[in-house]
Amino acid sequence: MSIPMVALTSEPRANEAPREVWGQTLCDLTAAGANTVVLDGDLANSTRADIFAECYPDRFFEMGIAEQNMAGVADGLATLGYVPWLSSFAAFLTSRDLDQIRVVIAQPGLDVKICGGYSGILTGKTGKTHQSVEDIATFRALPGIDVVAPADGRELRAAMAALSVSGRPAYLRLTRDPSPVIFPDSYVFEIGRAVLLREGADLGIISTGVQTVRALDAAESLGSAGYSVAVLHVPTIKPLDVEAIVALAEQTDLIMTAEDHSIIGGLGGAVAETLGEHRPTRMKRVGIQDRFGESGPNDALLKKYGLSSEAMVEQAQALLTSTR
Amino acid sequence: MTQNRRSLRTTSELDDLSARTRELILRSVFKAGAGHIGGPLSVTDILVNLYFDRLRVDPTQPELPGRDRLILSKGHSSIALYTVLALRGYFPVEELDTFDAVDSRLQGHPCMKTLPGVDMSTGSLGQGLSPGVGMALGARRSKLDFRTWVILGDGEIQEGQIWEACFVAARYRLSNLTVILDYNRLPQFGWPSETGYTREVPIDDPAAKFSAFGWATVECDGHDHDALRDAFDKAEANDDRPTAIIANTIKGKGITFMEANHNWHARVPTQEELDAAIAELATRSLAGVGRS
Ligand SMILES: Cc1ncc(C[n+]2csc(CCOP(=O)(O)OP(=O)(O)O)c2C)c(N)n1
Repeated sequence: MSIPMVALTSEPRANEAPREVWGQTLCDLTAAGANTVVLDGDLANSTRADIFAECYPDRFFEMGIAEQNMAGVADGLATLGYVPWLSSFAAFLTSRDLDQIRVVIAQPGLDVKICGGYSGILTGKTGKTHQSVEDIATFRALPGIDVVAPADGRELRAAMAALSVSGRPAYLRLTRDPSPVIFPDSYVFEIGRAVLLREGADLGIISTGVQTVRALDAAESLGSAGYSVAVLHVPTIKPLDVEAIVALAEQTDLIMTAEDHSIIGGLGGAVAETLGEHRPTRMKRVGIQDRFGESGPNDALLKKYGLSSEAMVEQAQALLTSTR
Repeated sequence: MTQNRRSLRTTSELDDLSARTRELILRSVFKAGAGHIGGPLSVTDILVNLYFDRLRVDPTQPELPGRDRLILSKGHSSIALYTVLALRGYFPVEELDTFDAVDSRLQGHPCMKTLPGVDMSTGSLGQGLSPGVGMALGARRSKLDFRTWVILGDGEIQEGQIWEACFVAARYRLSNLTVILDYNRLPQFGWPSETGYTREVPIDDPAAKFSAFGWATVECDGHDHDALRDAFDKAEANDDRPTAIIANTIKGKGITFMEANHNWHARVPTQEELDAAIAELATRSLAGVGRS
C-alpha cells in the first residue's frame, strides 16, 4: 500500500495561535449553519472561547469553575440537537471530568466536543498541575470517542469542520502557543486518516500534534547527515490509521514516534500495539518518560524532556546506528 | 407552562398503579436474581404520579422534541422506571422479564441508547442533575415549552457535582427545571457513630440547602398521590427559579419487612419473601392503605 502524500505549504514559515484559530473557527462554523454552543469553565480568555462569546452571546454558556457539571450540562444540550464544545484546560477536562465523560457522553455517544486547551507540557509556565501528559492515553481507552491532535492552525480549522458534522463525541487536543503553519490552505482533513509529509527509506517518524513540526525539522537534519527519513503525521490517534502505520513500517523497517505526551498509552503506545500485532518492527518512542512536567519556558522544557528536534535527531541516530 | 394541570387519574387509580408497580418490581428482581429493591419501592409513587398524571409524553412517540424530560439520576432504581414505562405503554410488560439479561434493553442502570423513553443514561450517582440543567437551558434557548424533572436520592446528593449544578441552575433562573428528592434517609451503608453504623444520610434539612443555593422548595409526603400532585403544581407555578421538592419517603415502602431497612437496598427476595410481599401488597391495596 502506498500512503497518501500531502505536500507542505510553500509559503514562508509563519506562526499561528491554535487557540485563536479555535475561537474564530467556532464562529465561522456557526455562521455557516452549525448548531454550536460553547460552555466555558471560567477560562474563556485563556482558551479564546471569548472570541465566540462575543460573536454569539446567546450560544455561549458560562458554567463557572465547575467542570463536572459543565460536562453534564453539555450533554443535556446535545440531547436537544445542539453541538456543544467545551472550553477548559486539557488537564482538568480529561481527569476531573473523566467519569462524567464516560457515563453521560461516551456511553450514550452524545455529540459533545471536549476541547483540551493547554495540552501537553507547553502550557505557558504553569507547571505540572496544568499540564497533561496522560490525556491521549485516557481518552484512547474510552470506547466511542475520536481523539484528534492537529499539527497547525490550518489542520485545526479543517479538523473542527469535520468534527462539527461527525455526530459523535470527540476529544480535541489543543496547544497553547503559536506554532508554525505547515499545511497548505487546500489541505483536506479526514477523521482517521494519517498523512505522509515526507518520504524516506531508512527511518519512519510517526508524529502527532505540534510535535510533527519538530519531527519534520529532525528529518531535515537527518537528511543532511545522509539518512532518508519519512514523516507520517497522525492527527487522529483514534480511530488510528493502522494501514498507513503498517505500510510505513514495511517501507522503512525502523520506526520512531514523537509526541508531547507520555510514551505510555499515547501515540507511541498505539503504534507499538499496532506494529506488535501486525508487523513487529524495531522502534523508539520519543515523548515524556513516565514523569510529570514542571514550569518553564517552552524551549527549556522541550530540551529537558527530550522533545526538541535536536533530541529527536540524537535518538534517531542512535537507533539508525545500532541497527546498521 | 401549564399550571394546575387537569388530573388525568383519580387518586385510587394511582394507588392501584403504585401497587401493581411494586409487585412487578419485586417479581422482576426475583426473576433476574439481581437488582435493587429499597430505592425502587421508595420512588415508585413519584414515578407513577409523574408518568400517569403529570408528564406531557406520548409513549408512541418517545422522541417528540416537545415532550417533558425525566431523568432518574438515582439510576440504581432503574427497575421502578422500567416498570412504570412498561405500564404506561412504552414497551410490553413482559419485557420486564429480560431485566438485567444479556442483550436486554433493560440494563442494570438506565441507558438512553438502548431504551426509548429513557431521557438520560444514569448509574454513576450525582450526575443526573447536570444534563437536566442542559436540557432546561436548551429548552429555553430553543423556545421549547417542556419541563425537565430530575429525581435525586438523598445519599446521592452527597456528590459535589449536584451542588455545582444547583448553583448554575439558580444562576440561570431555570424555572423549567424541577428536582424531586427521594428523601428516604437511607443510603447503602451509612455513617459511623458512637453506637455503630447509623445508616443515616448526613444531609439534614435538604430544603434549607437547596434554598441556600437559590431554589424554591416544597416538602411533601412522597407516597401520597394527592400530596405529590399539589407539590408538582407548586413547582410548575414557580416562574423565576428552579424548584426542589423534598418528597419524604420510606425506603422499601409498601412491604413491612422491607421498610426502612437498609438490608433491602439491593437484596434479592427468596421465594417465601416474594410470596409474603405480594400477599401484603394485595391486602394493602384492597384496604386502600397503599397511600401512606
Ligand atoms: C458515584 C457512585 N458511587 C457509588 C455508587 C454505588 N451506590 C449505588 S446506590 C448507592 C446508595 C444510594 O443512596 P440514595 O441516593 O439515598 O438512594 P436510595 O436510598 O433511594 O436507593 C450507592 C452508594 C454509585 N452507583 N455511584
